[in-house]
Amino acid sequence: MAEVSAGGVELAPVRLVDPDGSPTAEDRYSRDLPPETLSWLYEMMVVTRELDTEFINLQRQGELALFASCRGQEAAQIGATASLRKTDWLFPQYREIGAFLLRGITPAQMGAVWRGKWHGGLGFTEKCCAPISIQIGTHGLHAVGAAMAAQRLGEDSVTLAFLGDGATSEGDAHEALNFAAVFKAPCVFFVQNNQWAISTPVSYQMAAPSIAHRAIGYGMPGIRVDGNDVLACYTVTAEAAARARDGGGPTLIEAITYRMGPHTTSDDPTRYRSQGEVDHWSALDPIARYRNYLQAAGVWTERLEERVAAKSKRLRTELRESVVGADDFDVAEMFDTVYHDITPDLAHQREQLLAELAKEA
Amino acid sequence: MTQIIERPPMHGDDAEEPYGPMLTTVPRAARPISVPTSPNLTMAQAINRALHDAMAADERVLVFGEDVAKLGGVFRVTEGLAETFGEQRCFDTPLAESGIVGIAIGLAIRGLVSVPEIQFDGFAAPAFDQMVSHLAKYRMRTRGDVDMPVTIRIPSFGGIGAVEHHSESTESYWLHTAGLKVVVPSTPSDAYWLLRQSIVSRDPVIYLEPKRRYWTREAVDTTAPALPIGRAAVRRIGADVTVVTYGSLVATALSAAELADQRGWSLEVIDLRSLNPLDFDTVADSVRKTGRAVVMHEGPRTLGFGAELAARVQEELFYDLEAPVLRATGFDTPYPPARLEKLWLPGPDRLLDCVERAMEQP
Repeated sequence: MAEVSAGGVELAPVRLVDPDGSPTAEDRYSRDLPPETLSWLYEMMVVTRELDTEFINLQRQGELALFASCRGQEAAQIGATASLRKTDWLFPQYREIGAFLLRGITPAQMGAVWRGKWHGGLGFTEKCCAPISIQIGTHGLHAVGAAMAAQRLGEDSVTLAFLGDGATSEGDAHEALNFAAVFKAPCVFFVQNNQWAISTPVSYQMAAPSIAHRAIGYGMPGIRVDGNDVLACYTVTAEAAARARDGGGPTLIEAITYRMGPHTTSDDPTRYRSQGEVDHWSALDPIARYRNYLQAAGVWTERLEERVAAKSKRLRTELRESVVGADDFDVAEMFDTVYHDITPDLAHQREQLLAELAKEA
Repeated sequence: MTQIIERPPMHGDDAEEPYGPMLTTVPRAARPISVPTSPNLTMAQAINRALHDAMAADERVLVFGEDVAKLGGVFRVTEGLAETFGEQRCFDTPLAESGIVGIAIGLAIRGLVSVPEIQFDGFAAPAFDQMVSHLAKYRMRTRGDVDMPVTIRIPSFGGIGAVEHHSESTESYWLHTAGLKVVVPSTPSDAYWLLRQSIVSRDPVIYLEPKRRYWTREAVDTTAPALPIGRAAVRRIGADVTVVTYGSLVATALSAAELADQRGWSLEVIDLRSLNPLDFDTVADSVRKTGRAVVMHEGPRTLGFGAELAARVQEELFYDLEAPVLRATGFDTPYPPARLEKLWLPGPDRLLDCVERAMEQP
C-alpha cells in the first residue's frame, strides 16, 4: 500500500488486521483489547448480518415496504459505536443496523420504519440515539448542536454523526463540519464511504484526494481507516472521541468500506456496477477477516460460534414475530404527536377522520 | 504512539450513567422578571427586554445567530445579551442559516431552549430544509418523545426601503408546514409577550418581526400578558366590514378605518397575532356581525393566508355573508425594488377599494 500523504492526511487507511486475518505492521494503535470485548465485537457483527438478512427476507415476502441493508458495513458501524459510551449520542442515517443493535434498540423498534408503522423508529432517543434521518446529511448539524449542549451542560459526553460518501456533498454536511470546528464541539463525524450513493460513485461526489482530506479545510483532524477492519474502526473512533472529550474538538473519520447489497430493496445495482467489483470487495469481507484474526488469537471457539448462532436465531425470530404480528398504531396518534397540545383546527380534523371511520364501520 | 482506548465498553454494561438521554423540558411559565411597567419601549426594545427576561428566567435559554452577540444584531434587538449572560448563552455563528437552525434542533434534543435569529426574511430560504423536514416533524417522528423548544426570530416584511431579499413575507411556507406555530406581533406589548410565550412553548415557533414597526413606541406592561398564543385581538370595533390582518398592516388598517369613517363605513379590525394556532372564533364572531370581510397581508395573493381565511369564512359562514370575502395583498411578483415598494404594498387605498366593493354588493 502506497504511503501517500497530502496536506497532513494520510491516504493509506489505518488498518490493524489484514484481509487474511493476520495483524498488520501498524504500531501506532493498540490491538490490546480484553478477550471478552474481542468476542463481543464478533458477536455483534454476525448478529447484525443475520438480522439484516432477515429484514431482506421479510421485505421479499411482502411484509416490509422497503429495507436498506448494511451488509458489508458491519465492522464500521460496530467498531465506531462500540468505542463510545452508552450516554454518547448517536446521529444515524438509516442504514446503521449494527449501531442500533449495539445500543439495545430492538428489532421491532427498527422494523417499525420499514414496516411503515412509524417514521424515524421507535424509542431510539431512550438509547441516546436520534431517529433515523432519510434527509441526507442534515443530521450532522443535530449532532453538532447536541455536542454544543454537552459543552454547556458541563458533560464530557461526545456525539457521533454517521454520514455517507454521498452525504458529504450536501451543504448541511459542510455547515456541520464547519460549525463543529469553529465551536470545538465534541463531535465525531464518521463517514462510511461505501463507494456508492445509489448509482453514483464517489468520483462523482468530489475531486478531493479523499473525504478525510476535507478536514484540512475545516481545521480539524481527518483520518482514513479501513472500514472493514473492526479493530481499526474501534481504535480510531476511540481516539477521536477521547480527543473530543478532552476539549480537542471534532474529527472527520473516513471509513472505507463497501455496500455489498443494493442501495435499498428497490434498487438494482447490476445496472451500474460490475460483478468483478463486488467479488473484489467480497474477498475483503469484515466478518470472515475478523474470524480468522480471532482464531489465530485463540479467542474464537466453537462455543462462541454456537452462542452467536443462537442469538442470531433469537433476534431473527423476534423480528419476524414483533414486526409482522404487531398491530398498527391508532390513527389518532398522527394528529396527537404533531404538537405538544393539539391545536383547535387539528382537533377538528382528527374528529373529521374519526367520523369518517365511524361511518364506514 | 497515539493514545488509545479509555475503557472497553461492554454490551449490557450497567455502569453509572452520569447523564440521561434527554433533560426533561419542563415548561416554565413566562413569568415577569423586570420592572413591572416599562414606559415607552420601541418594539425592538420590547423584544430585547423579552430576550433578557427569558434568559434570566431560565438558564437553558440560548440566543444565537449572525452578528447577534458582539454587534447586538443588525437592528440591535439582541444588544446586551452576550455581556449579561456570557458567550456560552449568546453567541455569534458562522454565516449559515441551515446551520443555525440545525444546531438549534440538536440543542433541543438535549433539552436546551434556543432562540436563534435569521437575520432577514429572505435568508430563511437556506434553512428551509431544517425547518420543514426536521424542526417541524421532530415531535411526530419521535412519537411525541422529543420537545422542540425553538423560537426562530425572523425580522420580516417590507416597507423600509431595503435591498433585495430583505422584505419578504414567508408566513405561508411555515403555515403550510404541520408542526410549526407562527406568530406575528403588531405592538411592542405583543412583541414582548408573544416572544416570552413562544420561548416557553414546547413546540417550535416562527416569530415574525414586522421590522417596519420596530420603532413604534408603547408602554409595555410586563406583569401579565394580555392574551396567550392562539388568540386574536379586536383592535377596533366596527359594524360594517371586518378587516382581518396581522403584523405591520394592523396600523395600516387602523388608519384606513379612520378614513373609512369619513365615508360612512365602520370597520372592525382584527389583529390575528397568531396565525397557527388560528383563533378563527374571533374572526367568525366578527363576520357574523358585519357580514363582510376583507383580509389584508403583504405577501403575494396566491395561496397567501388570505386565501385560507377566505376559504374558511365561506365554508363556515356562507349564509352570514353579505358580500364576497376580498383580499388586499401584495401582487404575485417578486418583492419589487425599494423605489416601487410603496406601490406594491397594500396600503389604505387598496384596503378601502376592497371595503367599497364589499359595501356596494347588492
